[in-house]
Amino acid sequence: MAEPASVAAESLAGSRARAARTVLGQVVLPGEELLLPEQEDAEGPGGAVERPLSLNARACSRVRVVCGPGLRRCGDRLLVTKCGRLRHKEPGSGSGGGVYWVDSQQKRYVPVKGDHVIGIVTAKSGDIFKVDVGGSEPASLSYLSFEGATKRNRPNVGDLIYGQFVVANKDMEPEMVCIDSCGRANGMGVIGQDGLLFKVTLGLIRKLLAPDCEIIQEVGKLYPLEIVFGMNGRIWVKAKTIQQTLILANILEACEHMTSDQRKQIFSRLAES
Amino acid sequence: MKETPLSNCERRFLLRAIEEKKRLDGRQTYDYRNIRISFGTDYGCCIVELGKTRVLGQVSCELVSPKLNRATEGILFFNLELSQMAAPAFEPGRQSDLLVKLNRLMERCLRNSKCIDTESLCVVAGEKVWQIRVDLHLLNHDGNIIDAASIAAIVALCHFRRPDVSVQGDEVTLYTPEERDPVPLSIHHMPICVSFAFFQQGAYLLVDPNEREERVMDGLLVIAMNKHREICTIQSSGGIMLLKDQVLRCSKIAGVKVAEITELILKALENDQKVRKEGGKFGFAESIANQRITAFKMEKAPIDTSDVEEKAEEIIAEAEPPSEVVSTPVLWTPGTAQIGEGVENSWGDLEDSEKEDDEGGGDQAIILDGIKMDTGVEVSDIGSQDAPIILSDSEEEEMIILEPDKNPKKIRTQTTSAKQEKAPSKKPVKRRKKKRAAN
Repeated sequence: MAEPASVAAESLAGSRARAARTVLGQVVLPGEELLLPEQEDAEGPGGAVERPLSLNARACSRVRVVCGPGLRRCGDRLLVTKCGRLRHKEPGSGSGGGVYWVDSQQKRYVPVKGDHVIGIVTAKSGDIFKVDVGGSEPASLSYLSFEGATKRNRPNVGDLIYGQFVVANKDMEPEMVCIDSCGRANGMGVIGQDGLLFKVTLGLIRKLLAPDCEIIQEVGKLYPLEIVFGMNGRIWVKAKTIQQTLILANILEACEHMTSDQRKQIFSRLAES
Repeated sequence: MKETPLSNCERRFLLRAIEEKKRLDGRQTYDYRNIRISFGTDYGCCIVELGKTRVLGQVSCELVSPKLNRATEGILFFNLELSQMAAPAFEPGRQSDLLVKLNRLMERCLRNSKCIDTESLCVVAGEKVWQIRVDLHLLNHDGNIIDAASIAAIVALCHFRRPDVSVQGDEVTLYTPEERDPVPLSIHHMPICVSFAFFQQGAYLLVDPNEREERVMDGLLVIAMNKHREICTIQSSGGIMLLKDQVLRCSKIAGVKVAEITELILKALENDQKVRKEGGKFGFAESIANQRITAFKMEKAPIDTSDVEEKAEEIIAEAEPPSEVVSTPVLWTPGTAQIGEGVENSWGDLEDSEKEDDEGGGDQAIILDGIKMDTGVEVSDIGSQDAPIILSDSEEEEMIILEPDKNPKKIRTQTTSAKQEKAPSKKPVKRRKKKRAAN
């Protein structure tokens, strides 16, 4: 079944699909089709595609490749849906073909299941809160999905909430909870009263949340602070004084445009003063 | 889309910061953001950027019949539009209140102040007059739309040239731009609006409010003035009670600000005039020459380093010569001696001013560091102009650089042709290994 679909896709696309391996690290545009490694051998040069009918040999050599953000499965190939650079990560444990994804710059958030985000409570209606997460629709948060939820300790309208999505797809309104699968809060819930909330691009958040991020380590050495990162581009910061909070907010916003040398300069100047 | 709601913690933080006289971007209470004026290729087209707020102004003209009760005067028409790209909350049906308010203010500021001589727009009395139309589009909303819009309107009007017309008896000749140079409008004065935001029932005041600050403000006072300190329009909204001396103080501040902005406008107009006369390149494309679509570029904070050397020399010349060093040591006990006397630490003053803000600040004390910073930015920009986009801190970047004689690991970031080059050098190594294994 895949064969007529892919032949049709190729004639529609007009240009030949490229092998994903050759395009790694380069800029790809939406609409491009990429071939996975095991399909390259079958692809002959030029129009006629003749795939040998192999019944069980194919099944053994198929490798499980994970299709990350910016890519979509289209028949046997990957279809690019966002413009950016193509990346690949080898699988750690050896099974499967690794992950492919597209690194792109974006400020507008689209809810994804499992993402931890910072939301603002906008309304109470019936049994649920309506929480604005920066997407196209407000997410719903049930009264009971907090650890130790009682009538007294509920968030008010206008409070900040750190939670994760349990339902997030394009057909339904997103739903979030402040409790993990064991029933523990695990850092989620209502965020404290003071502090500053500001917005950055999604790429910067991913960079800051990567393990061993230098920026966070350097910032932590400056002053004691509390930080919450939401995958929807929102950061909440709190330090002892307003001045320190403002400095932190400005540093994090500026980190996007600075090289690591400039950043080290700024941190050393701040550490002196 | 609905506007993102303002959370309680943001509101509280902003009000507390304002009480401590601190703003989010490190400005002082009476500071304006950076104003940037750029002109298009046509006369009468300009973009004004007030920080991140951006307004596009375009002036056009047409010959029409005049109004019946004003047969010898031209017609002025102003229109401000809030484009949907300015903010997610601006939707075609949803902007009416703000839009009406801004348009009314623009009209009062520009029409009622008679800044343009409408009599000079008359061609044939009662039959043909010029209709001047000013269209303003808000391209990005980051607070203080009215200031940016008024600057854009007046700059576009000053920049505009209308076709030349000559009347001989009954004959009216309209010349095309090729036949005769177009003629500028006759503008008496340049009214510019200055906005003041009030907080905590009039206790605190900020000039040029940001979008965040506009959300938490109690009231807004707009004063339109020209550089001759004549007030053209004054409007107070939000229903706060203002004292007389507060309003007077605001008008004094507005006078100072308007003088600065008028100077900036005149300089920008002069520069554009010069470039056009000399035949150089002009237009929007030239003003964004060094920015690329793929680069996020942040504006450098302007630090005036023009006369640093003279200032430094002055300081050195006026400073007292250092006290004479006493070269004879005073022996207190065997092993402990003292040469001269300790001097009081004078770095305390500079430290306080350094704490203001880090990279945005224009403090005198950190000028020299600022120079290094700026050159650092330029160098990195030059370096990256040839190289492709570099996300230098990306954790996902895997660059394995190989020497041809070393371990034959696979390179993923190189192209197939390079791989083929490497392949023949790999093979002999592999064969040798196999032989050893066999042995």
